[in-house]
Amino acid sequence: MGPLVVNELISENTNLLLGFIIGIGFGFVLESSGFSSSRKLAGVFYGYDTVVLKVFFTAAITAMLGMLFLSLFGWLDLNLVYVNPTYLTSAIIGGIVMGAGFIIGGFCPGTSFAGASIGKIDAMVFIGGLFIGVIIFSEGYPLWDDLYTSAFKGSPKISESLGLSDGMAALLVILAAIGMFYVAEWAEKKFPREEY
Amino acid sequence: METVKKDRSRQYLNPYLGGVLLGLVLIAANFVAGRGLGASGAVKSVIVAATEVVAPTHVKNNAYYAEAVKQHPNPLKNWLVFEMAGVLIGGFLSGSLWGRLKLKVEHSPKITSRKRLIMAGTGGILFGFGSQLGRGCTSGSALSGMAILSLGGFITMAAIFGTAFALAYFFRKNWI
Repeated sequence: MGPLVVNELISENTNLLLGFIIGIGFGFVLESSGFSSSRKLAGVFYGYDTVVLKVFFTAAITAMLGMLFLSLFGWLDLNLVYVNPTYLTSAIIGGIVMGAGFIIGGFCPGTSFAGASIGKIDAMVFIGGLFIGVIIFSEGYPLWDDLYTSAFKGSPKISESLGLSDGMAALLVILAAIGMFYVAEWAEKKFPREEY
Repeated sequence: METVKKDRSRQYLNPYLGGVLLGLVLIAANFVAGRGLGASGAVKSVIVAATEVVAPTHVKNNAYYAEAVKQHPNPLKNWLVFEMAGVLIGGFLSGSLWGRLKLKVEHSPKITSRKRLIMAGTGGILFGFGSQLGRGCTSGSALSGMAILSLGGFITMAAIFGTAFALAYFFRKNWI
């Protein structure tokens, strides 16, 4: 049955409309979880508020399990779902640059839109920065062409790389997430902050 | 009355509930569109569309723009652009529900608004650049990638959070 648009059960325009509605849900959950506040987001890096870690990993394991079950029931063909390609060098260096942007700017792209939607001026400036950063990358592209395309590994799943079934890899991710939730709860008690 | 209002604006969803709801949104995205959520891709699409209007030959001559146009001949008619337009509305709805709609610069009392805005702009530039190099940001590469068990998603996630933790000490005055 799914993915609906890939199996041509809905038109391209319906897909865009549903994307808009899914976006409303995305923005609503981000804002109501507190992702519109840079000081809550940055809290995870100092231990006083670990909402980022809890929401992020709960969402990842919920979606991971949900999709594995949908696939098991034959409702979603995982072979038709887009798996991000792995370019090792750019994934690591891009991630490092993004991590620096996160601790300096206090947002990531999705959360900055949630912040801007409720009037956070710092989030709007962050979005302005995003535009500048993307333009710098695009305009200077020949300079990092090699970096961008080196160490291409195809679109492997972590289960394939570890030689495990999808379900077993998912179980390991869930156990790792539970371990991190324990550390997160401990950190919030250890590094509490009243007002932020 | 004022204090009641203030308390309400500091109330948030239980983070585990928020995570389950976000996971369901992500499942919906994959079920409908065969792809996960994303944010930086929408910024790129808007830039490609604008550049095509202002300097169409430049788009043809720049390999990065040219590839983007080849994949999405109409860059604004893009799933991520519609999704991110929805994010602005969804965030606004949640903010109005909880009484959090307010124009302000949020910053630690230890730094000025001006410094916070400079840091926000700098962070945005880095994140924008990194999201293109890493083929997606926290949403598109890390979260959506992890949910579909993509190796690249796990690597990007570890690099983003690992770097932010490693640098946290040097930027602590901005936050604590």
